[in-house]
Amino acid sequence: MSKLKYSWWAVAVAAFALFPVVVTNPTYTAIGVYTLLFMACATSWNMFSGYSGYIALGSSVFYGVGAYTMALASIHWHMAPGAAMFWLVPLGGLVAVVIAVPIGWIALRVRRHTFVVITIAIFFIFQLGAINFGFTGGTAGLSLPFIQWDASYYNVPFYYVALGIVLVAVVISAAVRRSRFGLQLLAIRDDEDRALGLGVKVGAVKLSGFALSAFVIGMAGAIYAMFQGQIYPQFVFDPTFDVSVALMSFFGGLGTLTGPLLGALVLESAQQYLTVTYSNGSLYLIFFGALFLIVITFMPRGVVNFFLDRRRATLAAASMANPSPTPSAPSTPTPAARSLV
Amino acid sequence: MNATALLSAAKDGILTGSVYALMATGLTLIFGVMDIINIAQGILVILGAYLSYALQVHWHIDLFVGLLITIPTMFLVGVVIERLFFRRLTGPERTGMSILVTYAVSLLIEGALNMIFSVNDVQLQGSYVNKSFAIGSVHFGFIYVAGFVLAVVLLSALYFMLYRTRFGVSVRASVADQTSAALVGIDVKRVSTIVFGIGVAVTAAGGMIYGATNAFNASTSYDLISRLLTIIVLGGMGSLGGALLAGVGMVFVGDMVGVIWSPVWSSMSYFVVLAVVLLVRPQGLFGKQSARVA
Amino acid sequence: MTVLLKAQGISRAFGGLQALRGCDLEVEKGSITGLIGPNGSGKTTLFNVITGYVRPDAGTVTFDGADITGLEPDKVFARGIGRTFQLTRIFARMTVLENMLIAIQHEEGWLRGMTRSKSSSAEVENAREWLDFVGITRLADLAAGALSYGQRKLLELAYVLVANPDVILLDEPAGGVNLTLINQIADKIRELNAQGKTFLIVEHNMEFVMNLCDSVTVMNQGCHLVSGKPADVRANPLVLDAYLGGGDEDDEDEVSINA
Ligand SMILES: Nc1ncnc2c1ncn2[C@@H]1O[C@H](COP(=O)(O)OP(=O)(O)O)[C@@H](O)[C@H]1O
Ligand SMILES: [Mg+2]
Repeated sequence: MSKLKYSWWAVAVAAFALFPVVVTNPTYTAIGVYTLLFMACATSWNMFSGYSGYIALGSSVFYGVGAYTMALASIHWHMAPGAAMFWLVPLGGLVAVVIAVPIGWIALRVRRHTFVVITIAIFFIFQLGAINFGFTGGTAGLSLPFIQWDASYYNVPFYYVALGIVLVAVVISAAVRRSRFGLQLLAIRDDEDRALGLGVKVGAVKLSGFALSAFVIGMAGAIYAMFQGQIYPQFVFDPTFDVSVALMSFFGGLGTLTGPLLGALVLESAQQYLTVTYSNGSLYLIFFGALFLIVITFMPRGVVNFFLDRRRATLAAASMANPSPTPSAPSTPTPAARSLV
Repeated sequence: MNATALLSAAKDGILTGSVYALMATGLTLIFGVMDIINIAQGILVILGAYLSYALQVHWHIDLFVGLLITIPTMFLVGVVIERLFFRRLTGPERTGMSILVTYAVSLLIEGALNMIFSVNDVQLQGSYVNKSFAIGSVHFGFIYVAGFVLAVVLLSALYFMLYRTRFGVSVRASVADQTSAALVGIDVKRVSTIVFGIGVAVTAAGGMIYGATNAFNASTSYDLISRLLTIIVLGGMGSLGGALLAGVGMVFVGDMVGVIWSPVWSSMSYFVVLAVVLLVRPQGLFGKQSARVA
Repeated sequence: MTVLLKAQGISRAFGGLQALRGCDLEVEKGSITGLIGPNGSGKTTLFNVITGYVRPDAGTVTFDGADITGLEPDKVFARGIGRTFQLTRIFARMTVLENMLIAIQHEEGWLRGMTRSKSSSAEVENAREWLDFVGITRLADLAAGALSYGQRKLLELAYVLVANPDVILLDEPAGGVNLTLINQIADKIRELNAQGKTFLIVEHNMEFVMNLCDSVTVMNQGCHLVSGKPADVRANPLVLDAYLGGGDEDDEDEVSINA
C-alpha cells in the first residue's frame, strides 16, 4: 500500500472517531454502534467467504454464540454492571471460534454449493436450540446485569469499542490478504482441486479461515448483547443477519477490503435510519432488496470493484494511446487481479 | 412408542412429505439446469398461498379452482424473475450470486406482502379443509389427502414432461451438461427460462396446500426455505428422485421425533439428519460425486 | 538406469466405461518418456491416477521405490511429482506472479503460511527467473485470466517447474500451441532434462514426441500396447493398427504417425 492509501485510512478512522463528539443525539450514536458492528462482521465474513468463494449464510451462529457468551458469563459470574463487562468481548470471540471448528469441519467437507445450504441448516439448529434449551432462557431470553449509564452517554463507550473491533477486523483481513494463507484462500476460490495438486492443504486452510472469521463476529455479538442488556434467541440467531453481511459484502465488492465496510456503512445506517424514522421494517426490506438488485444489475462485481475496473480500463486505454515499451503484452484490463484496495 | 404412532408418522410422511417434495422438486430442477439456488422459493410458496387467499376472500373462488389462475400466474412470475436477473448472471460466481440475488428478491416480496397483507397470520379456509375420515385407527384429513393427490398428479406430469417429451430431453441434456447441450443445438436460454417458470409454478399448488394446513405470514418463508433446502441437499442437489424421497423421509423423521421425544425437537431433527448424512455422504443421498478433474 | 515412476496393472472404470484395464507404465530416471495413443485410450486418466486425482480400482503406483497408490494430490505433489493439465488450469483471478507463488508454498506448514507474508524477495526473484525461462516475465502482474491460450500453457509449465519436482508429467503441452512455441517448449524440456529432470509427456504431435523422447509407450483402449525407442515404436505394426483400426476418431494422428 502506498503512503497515500494509508493517509486515506487515517482520515477515515479520524472521521469515525470524531462522529460521537460532533453528533451527540443518542438516536444517531446508536445507529453508529449498529453500523460499526455490521462493518466489523461484514469485513470478517468477507475475509473467509469473499476470499475463498465459500459463501457462508450462517454467520449469525457466531454472533449469537458471542451474545450468549456475554450474557451467560456476566450473569453467572455476577459481574458488576459496567465497563468491566467489556473484558468478556474477546471471550465471546474465542467461544465463537471454538464452536466454528466442528461446524467448519462438517460443513467444509462438501462442495461450494452445498456448503451454503449446510451453513443455513446449522444456523437453524442453533436457533431452534437456543429457543428450546433451558440454559438459554428460551424465548424469554436473558437479561444481563443492568448498566446504569446516563442515556446521553450510554452509547459512547459501545461506539468506541465497536470501532476498535472494526479496526481489528480490517487489520486481520488485510494481514490475511498479504499472507501466504490469503494467497491459498484465493487459490481455493479460483480452482480448489488444482490448488490441492500444488500442495495447498485445502482442508486446513479453509477450516482455519472459517474459524478465524468467527472471531470478530463473536466479539460483535458480545458487544451487541451488552449494548442491548437483554437478548432473545430470534434476534441474535437471525437469518436476516446472515444475508445482510453477505449482501453488504457483495454490494461493496466481494474480496476487497473496503467493499464490505462501504456496504455495511450504507446499508446498515440506511436500515436503522428508515426503521427509526418510519418505524416500518417492511419498507426497509423493500429498500434493501431493490437497492441490492439494482446495484448487482448495473455493477455485478459490486460498487468498489466497479470503480476499480473503470480506473483500470482508463489506465489501460491511456497506456494504449502511448507507445508501449512492451508492445506484445495483452492490453486487456486485468479483472480483479489486485483486490486489495 | 406404538404401531399407531408409527403408522401415523408414515401417513404424514407420505401425505405432507409429497407436498414438500413437489415444492423441492421445483428448486432442485432449477438448480440442476441453471446452477441457481433459488432462495426465493420459500417466499414464492407464501406468495402462492396469498394469491389463493386473495382469490378466495375477494372473489370467493374455491381453492382448487383458483389453481387454474395461480399456477399460470406463478409461472409468469418465475419467467419474469429469470429474465430480469439471471440472464446476465454468468461466470464463476454464478451460483453464489444467485443465492444473494434470489435472497434480495425474497426480501423484496416479503416486504411487499407484509405491507399488503399485514404480518398477522392467516390460513386458507374451505368447507372441506377441516373434514377428515378414518381408515382403521388412522385419521386422514381431507385437505392432506387432496394435497397428496395434487402433488402426485403434478409430479407425474412433471416426470412425464421430463422423460417422455422432446422438451424433457432438452431439459435433461441441459442438466447433464449445459455447454454440450448448447453445442447440439438446444436453446439452453429458452430451456432455462421455462424451467425456472415451471420450478416456480409448482409453488402455487404447494402454497395452496401449505396455506390450508398451516397458519402463515410472510416470515413463514424462512422456515419453509430452510426445509426445502434441507430436502434438496439431503436428496442430492439436482436429483429429482432424491427430492421426492428426502421430502417424505424428512416429514416422517420429524413426526417420529415429535412422538418419541417432543414436537419442539422435530424441526431440529431435519437439520441434524442432514448434518449426519452429509458426514457420511457429502454429495447427499442421490447426488453425483463431483469429479475432481474438469 | 533405474525406474523412477512405475504403474502396474492399473484399472479404473467410470460407470460402465473401462477407461484403464491393467495398464502398466515405467519411467526411467532422467529420461524423457513419451506416452501416446488414440484419443480416449486412457492417457489422461492414467495421469490422474498417478497424481492422486482419481483412485484406481486396482493396481499400484510406485515412485522412487515407495508405494504412492491412492495418495491425495497434495501428498503426491509433495513427493516430487508435478503435472500440467490437458485443459490448462491456472488461477484466473490471481496475478501471474501469484500463480507462481502458490506452487512454492508447499515447502512449509499451513500454520506458517498464516503468519508469513505471501512471498519473500528471494521467492519472487526465483519465480521471475522461471517466468523468464518460459518467456512471460513481462506478464507477471497481469491477471492470469487475461493470458492467451499459449501463454496459459507456458504459465502452467512455469509454475510446475518453480516447485522443482523430480518428475514432470505434461498432458499435451503442444496441443493448440503454434509451431514456434512448440519448438520453444521442446527446447526448454531438453534444457531441463540435461539438468537431470525426468519427463513423462502425453502428446499427439508425433514430430514433437519422436524428436524429444528417449523412449515411447503406446496405450490403446486402456492397456499398455508397446514401449521402446521412438524409431522402433513407429515401425511397430501394432501401433499402426491401434491408430488406424481401433481408433474411431483422431484423423490427424493417423497421418502424422508416419510423418
Ligand atoms: N471423470 C470421468 N468420468 C467419466 N468418464 C471419464 C472420466 N475421465 C475419463 N473418462 C473416460 O475415460 C476414457 C479415457 O479418457 P482419457 O483418459 O481422457 O483419454 P486420453 O487422455 O487418452 O484421450 C474416455 O472415454 C473418457 O470419456
Ligand atoms: Mg487426454
